Amino acid sequence: MSPIEGTLLQLNSVAGAFWEIVALTFRVTGTATLISAALGIPAGALLGLSKFAGRRFIVTSIYTGMGLPPVVVGLAVYLTLSRSGPLGVMEWLFTPWAMVVAQVIISFPLVAGLTMTAIEALDPDLRLQLRSLGAGRRQEVAAMLGEAREGVVAAVVAGFGGIISEVGAAMLVGGNIESQTRVLSTAIVLETRRGFFGLALGLGGALLGMAFMVNFIFLRLQGRGRWPVR
Amino acid sequence: MAGAIDDPIYHARGLRKVYGKRCVLDVEALEVRRGEVLAIIGPNGAGKSTLLRLLNFLEPASSGDLTFLGQKAKYPVPLAMRRQVTMVFQRPILLHGSVWQNVAYPLRIRKIKAGGSIDDMLGKLELSALSETSVHELSGGEFQRVALARALVLRPRVLLLDEPAANLDPQNVEKIEAIIRTIRREGHTTVVLVTHRVEQARRLADRTALLIDGSFIEIAETTRFFTQSEDPRAAAFVQGQMIY
Ligand SMILES: Nc1ncnc2c1ncn2[C@@H]1O[C@H](COP(=O)(O)OP(=O)(O)OP(=O)(O)O)[C@@H](O)[C@H]1O
Ligand SMILES: [Mg+2]
Repeated sequence: MSPIEGTLLQLNSVAGAFWEIVALTFRVTGTATLISAALGIPAGALLGLSKFAGRRFIVTSIYTGMGLPPVVVGLAVYLTLSRSGPLGVMEWLFTPWAMVVAQVIISFPLVAGLTMTAIEALDPDLRLQLRSLGAGRRQEVAAMLGEAREGVVAAVVAGFGGIISEVGAAMLVGGNIESQTRVLSTAIVLETRRGFFGLALGLGGALLGMAFMVNFIFLRLQGRGRWPVR
Repeated sequence: MAGAIDDPIYHARGLRKVYGKRCVLDVEALEVRRGEVLAIIGPNGAGKSTLLRLLNFLEPASSGDLTFLGQKAKYPVPLAMRRQVTMVFQRPILLHGSVWQNVAYPLRIRKIKAGGSIDDMLGKLELSALSETSVHELSGGEFQRVALARALVLRPRVLLLDEPAANLDPQNVEKIEAIIRTIRREGHTTVVLVTHRVEQARRLADRTALLIDGSFIEIAETTRFFTQSEDPRAAAFVQGQMIY
């Protein structure tokens, strides 16, 4: 093998690894964002729309959750999923699923809390207006989420932003295993430690680009005039 | 026009609404007749909007009974019952989107095929040109008319109008009054019209009622109300001596 061929091969493998990392980041954080949104938007709507016993406690917990240090979440998930932990039998530790679990725990409170705030900021008469037009319970909630869409999208953006670049939990529960749990944020830490600053910077650029692209799509959604008012 | 008195669409007895410790509505008895236009006049804070909210089943009364088409309103009021009544709020709220989308909304949530009814309604209220306009771009009067179109497109059994002509110029007031007259002639929809314009009640209503401090001072056929009110306060109101 000529040295040129060798370099090309090496570059090729670096490129392969790079795309692998990008894809995994996308899969893990995408899944976590979807799950957080699927759970957090209804939870936020419920909290913003109804009064029930224990609501205040839940709201306080969610606000606390919004400021949770990710590394502490990582530690808790680590202990829960470790072989001797309560969910050790699932053997999720050091797999992408462990990372998804940690990321959902980090982003769910953000999505739920900010969705609740967005719903609470709506005109209090909107609900009566919808009922007067004949909206049933679900239609009422759907329309209110539609009216609060800027805030709801911002909630999902915040949830996404809280996990896409997160290192502590990802490192702890994923383990930064090559081709398995290495995502952009943990790869940057690794390459910086190894002194491959160029590569680290490249990965950093990819992370930024990905975040920008996703947020761009979210914001398009936010600004759109036609939102399914169901 | 005024239907059978013994078969009212609404029947209220001892209807009270208390907010905190304040009783803002205390209606001993009220019947709304099928197909009539009932005007409710009264000073600010009399409880007119509160009464309409009760009639729309938007909030329960603190005590007393409200019967709609022979059925007592028990919360949660069944959707099928609620859906027969709609209100144009004193301060209507339109949903984001176009004028057309807003008028389509009540039909869409009932899964009713729009057909041409939306465009017809927009035409009647001279909103056709604004069909695709975003509601954020409407003038105050256009906004009000869209809210009215959205309520009318359903052809509801009961239409509650809370100051529908506030903020409108004389031409638009005339337009809306013409529509109320048409509804009255058709007789399908019963209208409860809250208005500050005493003259509007006189022009449109079969019966007129005066609400003061949460209670009806007088309810009478409109002509009688305006010519021979029994209560001196009603007479004063009619003559515009009561400032509100
Ligand atoms: N949700 C509420 N909570 C507490 N008080 C209320 C509420 N809604 C209305 N009120 C009070 O009830 C009284 C009657 O209000 P309402 O809006 O029914 O009056 P109105 O006759 O419609 O007046 P206007 O002509 O100004 O529209 C007012 O004093 C008002 O402050
Ligand atoms: Mg009012």
